[in-house]
Amino acid sequence: MTTPPQQQPTHTPVALIAFAWTLVGIPLVYGLYNTVKAALPLFTG
Amino acid sequence: MAVPSFLARERIVARPGFNRWLIPPAALAVHLCIGQAYATSVYKNALVEHFDTSLTAIGIIFSIAIVMLGLSAAAFGTWVDRNGPRAAMVTSALFWVSGFLVGALGIYTRQLWLVYLGYGVLGGIGLGIGYISPVSTLIKWFPDRPGLATGMAIMGFGGGALVAAPLSRQLMSFYDPDYDPSVSGSVPDGSAVGALFLTLAAVYFVYMMFGALIIRVPADGWRPAGWDPSMVKQKALVTTESVSARNAIRTPQFWLLWIVLFCNVTAGIGILEQAAPMIQDFFRRGDTSLVTAAAAAGFVGLLSLFNMGGRFVWSTTSDYIGRKPIYMIYLGLGMLLYVGLATLGTTATWLFVVFAAVIISFYGGGFATIPAYLRDLFGTYQVGAIHGRLLTAWSAAGVAGPLIINGVLDTRGTPGQLVAADYRPALFIMVGLLAVGFVANLMVRPVAAKWHEPKRDAAASRTAERSAAR
Repeated sequence: MTTPPQQQPTHTPVALIAFAWTLVGIPLVYGLYNTVKAALPLFTG
Repeated sequence: MAVPSFLARERIVARPGFNRWLIPPAALAVHLCIGQAYATSVYKNALVEHFDTSLTAIGIIFSIAIVMLGLSAAAFGTWVDRNGPRAAMVTSALFWVSGFLVGALGIYTRQLWLVYLGYGVLGGIGLGIGYISPVSTLIKWFPDRPGLATGMAIMGFGGGALVAAPLSRQLMSFYDPDYDPSVSGSVPDGSAVGALFLTLAAVYFVYMMFGALIIRVPADGWRPAGWDPSMVKQKALVTTESVSARNAIRTPQFWLLWIVLFCNVTAGIGILEQAAPMIQDFFRRGDTSLVTAAAAAGFVGLLSLFNMGGRFVWSTTSDYIGRKPIYMIYLGLGMLLYVGLATLGTTATWLFVVFAAVIISFYGGGFATIPAYLRDLFGTYQVGAIHGRLLTAWSAAGVAGPLIINGVLDTRGTPGQLVAADYRPALFIMVGLLAVGFVANLMVRPVAAKWHEPKRDAAASRTAERSAAR
C-alpha cells in the first residue's frame, strides 16, 4: 500500500475484524431467518 | 461548527497496515440501526389505538422522518465531509437515540406532537446524517470497487428493517403479555411501544458508538495494495478531477441524477406502499382473495429481501458494467416489468411475485449505486456532501409515491373491494415516471472542466477547512 513514510505502521488484529463482522452479522442473520420464515406462506398457501 | 478533538477527522487517519475490511462493519453498524425507519408499520396500529387517532396522523411520523432525512443530509453534507465519519456517526447516534427517547416520552404522556418532534424531527436528522456518514469514507477505502463498498453499507439500511420488524414484535410481546404477534388483529398497548422505543434507543446507541469507535479514514494518497489508478482503463464518465458540492449543484449532471433517483424511488414506493393489499386485490374473486393475509404478509417479507439484496448485488454489478448502463437497466427494464405487472400480473401469483420482486430489487439498487455514480462524475472530494444534497430527491419521492398510488386508488373504490384494474392507472403513471428517469440518465455526460477544482487549490482549501475545524 502507498503510505506516507513518516507514519508508524499498525496491524489490525484478525480477531477484531471477525468480532466486528460477527456483531453486525448476527442481527442480519436473525432478520433474514425471520423474513424467510414469514415469506414461506406465500409459497405454501 | 467545530467538534471535540477526539471526534475530529485528524484523529482517525489510519496508519499504514490498517485493514480496510474493518470499515464495512463500521458502516453496517450505523445503517442497520437507522434502517429501523422502514419497520415502523409493526407498531402503527398500536399508536393509532393509543392516541385514539387516524392511520394518517400516525403515518405523518414516518413522513416527517423521511423529509428530515433528505433535508438534514443536504444541510449537513459538507459538515460531514469536513469533520469526518466519527463525528458524523456520533452526532447521528445522539439525534437518532434522542428521537426514540422523546418519542417514548410522547407515548407515555399521550402527546402525539412529542412523537412528531422526537421520532420525526430529531430521529429524521439522525437518519440523514447517519445515512451519508460512512458513504464517502467507504468510497475512499474502496476506490477499486466503489459500487461494492456503497452496496454493503446501503444494504445495511435495507437490512435494518428486516432486523427491527421481528425484534420489535418479540419485544412488544414481552412488554405486553396480552399481545400475540402470531394472532391477526392482536395489537400491543401503547406502553409496550414506549418500552420498545427505550430498548431500541439503548441497543442502537451501543451499536452506533461501536461503528464510530472503529471507523477510520485513509491517509491522503493511500491506495489499495496492487491497485494503480493509472492502469485502470479510463471510462468516459469516470473522472479523476474534483468538483465541490457548491459547484456540483450548478451542473446539469446533478439535476439529471436527481430526476433519475426521484423517478426510481417514486416508482418503487408505489409498490412498497401497497404491497400487502395489492397482491390480495390482484387475485380477488368477489369478496374474497385467492391470496391469504398470511401469504400477503409473506409477500411483504419477500420484497424486503429483494430490496436488501438488490442494494448489494446491483451496486456491485455496476462496478463491472458501469453506472449509466445499470441505471438504463433499472429504469428501462423496470418500465417493461411495470407494464408486465399491469397487464399480465393477474395471470399467475408467481408471475406477479417475480415482477414485483425484481422491480423492488431495482429500487434498492438505485439507492445503493447513486453514491458511486456521483463519485464517477464529481470525484471523491466532496462526494458525501453531494450525496446529501441528492437525497432531497428521496424526500420528494417519499411524498410523491404514496400520493400517486393512494390518490389513484381513492378515485377507484374502497379498500377491500379493489381489483387489479383499479391499480393500472397508477402503474402506468409509474411507467411514465421511469421513462422520464430513463431519458434523464441517457442525457448524463461528463462534467464540464469549468466546474473542476484547480488541483493545487483543491488540496489547499481542504487543508484550510480542516484547520478551521480544529
